[in-house]
Amino acid sequence: MYTPELLELIKKVEATRPERIKKAQKGEHFPRMSYEEGGEVLHRFHPDYKKGSKRKLGLGPNEGDLVPNEVADILEARSIIDPGSIDLDNIDYDVDVLVIGAGGAGDAAALTAGEMGAKVLVVTKLRHGDSNTMMAEGGIQAASKPQDSPARHYLDTMGGGHFTNDPDLLEALTMDAPGAIAFLEDLGLMLDKDEDGTLRTLHGGGTSRKRMHSAGDMSGAEIMRTLRDEVRNRPEIEVVEFSPAIELLLDDKGRCAGAILKNLETEQLLVVRAKTTIIATGGFGRLHIQGFPTTNHYGATADGLVLAYRAGCGLRYMDASQFHPTGVIFPEQNVGLLITEKVRGAGTQLVNIDGEQFVYPLEPRDVESSAIIRECFERKNGIETPTGRLGVWLDSPMIEILQGEGTIQRDFPAKHRQFMRHDIDISKLPMLIFPTLHYQNGGVKINPDSETEIPNLYAAGETTGGIHGRNRLMGNSLLDIIVFGRRAGKNSAARSREVKPGKLSLEHARKYNKELEKKGLGDGLTSPMILPDYAGKIA
Amino acid sequence: MNKERKVAKKKGKEKEEKVKQEKASPKPEESKKEAAPQQEPKGEFIPIYFMGKKYMVPATVTIMKAIEYAGYRFIRGCGCRGGICGACGTVYRLPGSYKINVGLACQTVIEPDMYLTQIPFFPANKARYDIDEEKADISTILDKYPEIARCVSCNTCTKACPQDLEVMDYVQAALQGNIERAAKLSFECIMCGLCASRCPAEIVQYNIGILCRRLYSKHMMKKAQHLSDRLKEIDEGKFDGDMEKMKKMGTEELEKAYAERDIEPV
Repeated sequence: MYTPELLELIKKVEATRPERIKKAQKGEHFPRMSYEEGGEVLHRFHPDYKKGSKRKLGLGPNEGDLVPNEVADILEARSIIDPGSIDLDNIDYDVDVLVIGAGGAGDAAALTAGEMGAKVLVVTKLRHGDSNTMMAEGGIQAASKPQDSPARHYLDTMGGGHFTNDPDLLEALTMDAPGAIAFLEDLGLMLDKDEDGTLRTLHGGGTSRKRMHSAGDMSGAEIMRTLRDEVRNRPEIEVVEFSPAIELLLDDKGRCAGAILKNLETEQLLVVRAKTTIIATGGFGRLHIQGFPTTNHYGATADGLVLAYRAGCGLRYMDASQFHPTGVIFPEQNVGLLITEKVRGAGTQLVNIDGEQFVYPLEPRDVESSAIIRECFERKNGIETPTGRLGVWLDSPMIEILQGEGTIQRDFPAKHRQFMRHDIDISKLPMLIFPTLHYQNGGVKINPDSETEIPNLYAAGETTGGIHGRNRLMGNSLLDIIVFGRRAGKNSAARSREVKPGKLSLEHARKYNKELEKKGLGDGLTSPMILPDYAGKIA
Repeated sequence: MNKERKVAKKKGKEKEEKVKQEKASPKPEESKKEAAPQQEPKGEFIPIYFMGKKYMVPATVTIMKAIEYAGYRFIRGCGCRGGICGACGTVYRLPGSYKINVGLACQTVIEPDMYLTQIPFFPANKARYDIDEEKADISTILDKYPEIARCVSCNTCTKACPQDLEVMDYVQAALQGNIERAAKLSFECIMCGLCASRCPAEIVQYNIGILCRRLYSKHMMKKAQHLSDRLKEIDEGKFDGDMEKMKKMGTEELEKAYAERDIEPV
């Protein structure tokens, strides 16, 4: 429960609520920032612009590019394995398509490759389905309604990404989007629908049409468990859990030809030979960029990024991190957890210590986050928690008044439960929030066929960069994993029919290690990280 | 734990600290307040027994954080850390009570003298099926999971559910062929497996739940007509021209179009 001090402050929120509700019902809203204003707030307050938080990469395809220190640490690091110590002729798995990562992108890829007749191996470092996909709450964008179009979706996404999105990738994303929803509907996904089958859609930050499709506030979980169930139905797909890929294998022609796995429990190393390989390992939240808490899954350590970079893949926009505006800061046990943007889509406002609004609730995520940071640190209108965290109120009880009593329990059951565990009823009391590290905007360069710059190596999902430019909109990542997961699956399976891998080699890792030594980089570090280490600490 | 990794992590930390020290922050108060992920535990410590071993841990944390504080690094039994993935099902007993309690390690706050263990994995049979071909009725349920008929309505599954779902009710609904009710009652299932671990009839409730949800969604909910219309329009190339135009716009033109877009009312 809230402390007496916080309960006292909540009274100020309650005092201004009736007036705010009245205005909202009349369609009067806190003004949106102009594009210029948004830009200024970003430059002054977004963590991406904080001095000293980045450094230039010392080697590899993106040498000289600025990336967060935490990313540089894992890229300027030696291979975990001694490349000379493994017998690459002793092959444990010989498959058509290797999928690294068993989240949404990996499973969508595996299903699609399997349908094309490929023999597929999916490997993952945790359980099948343990991923950020599972945690996504709000929804998935697609221009499925008559008043909407893929070109509108394209423009909204471009604006959200500050016009830095790759046009070809974005075209693929938005044109394939309705097909992605149909793919999910066809699998038997419990989408929110009206009686007549019409998909229910809402706004998300930065959208000009209501195109957010959902399954309660468990959209990602529903996608993940359904994809997982279907993968388990398919005899052509084998899944190996708790066995991350720790290095890619190239062949003597420099093409990707599989990977080395490590069984985390027995510590045994395994050789996979694959005609084509897909990296679908997700993002970097667990690197805790700039020490921020994260909404991300335990395994979000950017392993695939490291493997791809060492093999020679270029990256893009690795300096752009997404901070979700509404991360929980109270109770302490829930710090960093996500509160879906759908809560704001349903009419919730952000208010400061005086119960006053200070920002339009549905600005693009980076602008919204920056405005919250400004309110807390420059304008000093933040609310302090007992452990010294600063944040603002997310006035969730508004939903009950605007949309009717019981809406929160019906539409946000998971969030309601999460807070009730700590005796806070969010249909009656507001939540305390502050931006939290949420998404890796950049990543491995791909083309619309999901191909990386290394032959026979594909990538899909959060590990890739370019689709979202420098800032992703809500609902475009669940979309991304389905669209590009399927593209990667389809193209890798087609390609696998004409590939014959040459002699397997770890020469690239050896070279990378030498280069590090020559340049005096890395300080003996090894990567990928695989799992964060919170032993002996309170994470 | 991998020895090499341990070293790497340690060096990484030193480096991080070095970077932090070097950076002369213009707003020291801001960088202090910007919530580092690891906090020094404050206040009271209490004993918990993890698989029979006693550890003194900070009183207010979750089971998951307590286990980590005690020095463990999870391989199994830890996933989303947000109560939605089902990786960290935990059973425990409290002093003076015969009851077996359940919870998610990432969501349950510790109590003094809690005796606990995680159930990160429990063997379960999963039927294979082609969802397109299956009928949304009792015949499919009995065919795929005949053991459902062994349900003795003891309600142990419901008591074992960390999501507080009416597990027995959805199993019973499925058994009566009410696929819609089973789907809706099981919607919030996170498939942690605790129900199956406790079931005297050896039923795997959560796999029945997802089968019902998929049958219901696939065969009982109406298809979205506007969606298939849209797919047809895309196939016919209705949007190709607009998209081409949009892709050719320079940044300035895009900015203008973006600023001028009309917004559908909330």
